[in-house]
Amino acid sequence: MGSLHMTRADAPAYWEHFSHQADIGVRGFGSTMAEAFEQAALAMTAVITPPEGVRCLRRVSIHCQAPDAELLLADWLNALIYEMADHNLLFGRYAVSITDEILTGEAWGEPVDRARHRPVVEIKGATFTELKVGRRADGREWFAQAVLDV
Amino acid sequence: MDLAGLKQEGPCRWVIEPRGDMRVPAVLFGSAALLEDMDDKVREQLTNVAGLPGIVGAAYAMPDAHWGYGFPIGGVAAFDPDRGGVISAGGVGFDISCGVRALHTGLEASLIDAVKSPLADRLFDRIPAGVGSTGQIRLTGKSMDQMLSGGARWAVGQGWGREEDLERIEEHGRMPEALPREVSDQAKKRQRNEMGTLGSGNHYLEVQRVARVFDGETAAAFGLVEGQAVLSIHCGSRGLGHQIGTEFLRRMVVEAPDHGIRLPDRELACAPIRSDLGRAYIGAMRAGINCALANRQILTHLAREVFREFWPDIELPVIYDVSHNTCKPETHRVDDQPRELYVHRKGATRALGPGHPDLPAAFRETGQPVLIGGTMGTASWVLAGLAGGESLALSSACHGAGRQMSRHQAKKRWSGRAVVDELAARGIQIRSPSQRGVAEEAPGAYKDVDAVVEATEKAGLARKVARLEPVICIKG
Repeated sequence: MGSLHMTRADAPAYWEHFSHQADIGVRGFGSTMAEAFEQAALAMTAVITPPEGVRCLRRVSIHCQAPDAELLLADWLNALIYEMADHNLLFGRYAVSITDEILTGEAWGEPVDRARHRPVVEIKGATFTELKVGRRADGREWFAQAVLDV
Repeated sequence: MDLAGLKQEGPCRWVIEPRGDMRVPAVLFGSAALLEDMDDKVREQLTNVAGLPGIVGAAYAMPDAHWGYGFPIGGVAAFDPDRGGVISAGGVGFDISCGVRALHTGLEASLIDAVKSPLADRLFDRIPAGVGSTGQIRLTGKSMDQMLSGGARWAVGQGWGREEDLERIEEHGRMPEALPREVSDQAKKRQRNEMGTLGSGNHYLEVQRVARVFDGETAAAFGLVEGQAVLSIHCGSRGLGHQIGTEFLRRMVVEAPDHGIRLPDRELACAPIRSDLGRAYIGAMRAGINCALANRQILTHLAREVFREFWPDIELPVIYDVSHNTCKPETHRVDDQPRELYVHRKGATRALGPGHPDLPAAFRETGQPVLIGGTMGTASWVLAGLAGGESLALSSACHGAGRQMSRHQAKKRWSGRAVVDELAARGIQIRSPSQRGVAEEAPGAYKDVDAVVEATEKAGLARKVARLEPVICIKG
């Protein structure tokens, strides 16, 4: 589990990794769907490097629209993967707002520094395997999860 | 995997008869021990594949199969376009045309041993590997499209290799009928600095020693000599292939209902071969294949330059180049009639038997060299295709050891430094930009590659030619 902190709604927001035989799963939790998406993105960064070691020097804006929440999560993660690959960036902080089927997000980060970040692996894409978005059984907490192909 | 419900039909062949939505049987290859170690998801994914429209014969899983995305990794399935057959982006994978190329060094391994550490350092300096590495080549507009149409043939034309290399690459170095216009601007942008890069994860460049020859005649035809060194490159189509996979997978999910396709798993997203989307994906995927072939060709050139710093006259001819994430049109006999089928191989190697017309003349009598990538601490293998493999699994064989432990588990269990030190004590030099990456790729995270190869041979899919052991490994 990583980056446990209290959120605007005083419910915990955090992320974790889960096992997939070939690759790795990321799962974010939060008091809203948007927070869960932010945490899932932090979990994705943590696949590559510890998020707390990434300085927030540059900002990238992301806009996605999808017919359902699962596809929206895949689109959000894949948009970030594209930005990381295209501009050689790592992100350490995310902010997301979701209205209906539209996501507006921002990611803050910096160019990859191989000596400092020691990046482990590049991410090829977010898959649709184990792709789920919903509320946990208690109804209070949201989760958002995906398996990444690395 | 629970073997209940599987019918054993041969020493390493297991069949699940059609039930529920399955249109054809599911066939798994492997020993009982290998199958018992497979995740139940392999069975679930394979039976789902067996229910896709237009599937022909059976859905097959190779002995190294593991849980993948829609298709199991190690999955093989053929579809008939005349019977509503489909093409699946998940059945090819994100790393389109990922594969293995092997080169002769012609050097006794003892000569490598004498310069092992400086050679490893120079290879690590020259081969861009890992996150954040970029190649020296910049492709834009027209040159990008030429690469996507021309593959390794384009790379040789640019001076990165020799004409005779092309004969030793599947499709003679160029996948025909690629459609660069179907590759998005984003995919092309993602690739513009990545030509001639190795990538990360399980990709590698290795110097290996031919530790044992099992079939002397075939080994001689392949040019493999016990005690000599071989260079192997494992990588694929880099960011371009990943982006093509991402974009078409989504389009196939969204458009599936328009084609009347009901998906048991979104990751099985597919489109009829004869649809606009199917044709667009096939054209883009072929461009991705050419990108991978060009990439391995450029890496070959870089490795040759490094070897020439140590041995100025060395040639490093190509033994063969195979791709194990593809879908290609192939002619196979169905009900005694030749039919053109679209054969998906996701983590499976084509293994054409002796006499096949698509083989270069040098391999007509031996069958195709089948290059099996191992782990940095165990072994890789060279096998040869068998004539009987066509009826067993559409001339397909395994592609590697196959993971048995997740990255998540592996990084908890091993430290990268300890893995590097342990391998160094065994004479294997590892160079990698990431210690955690080494831990996640620890040899113990994979199945026993020797057991996988043994099962492949016992099943009649391919036969053993030579076992190769690592000496130097450059990990991404």
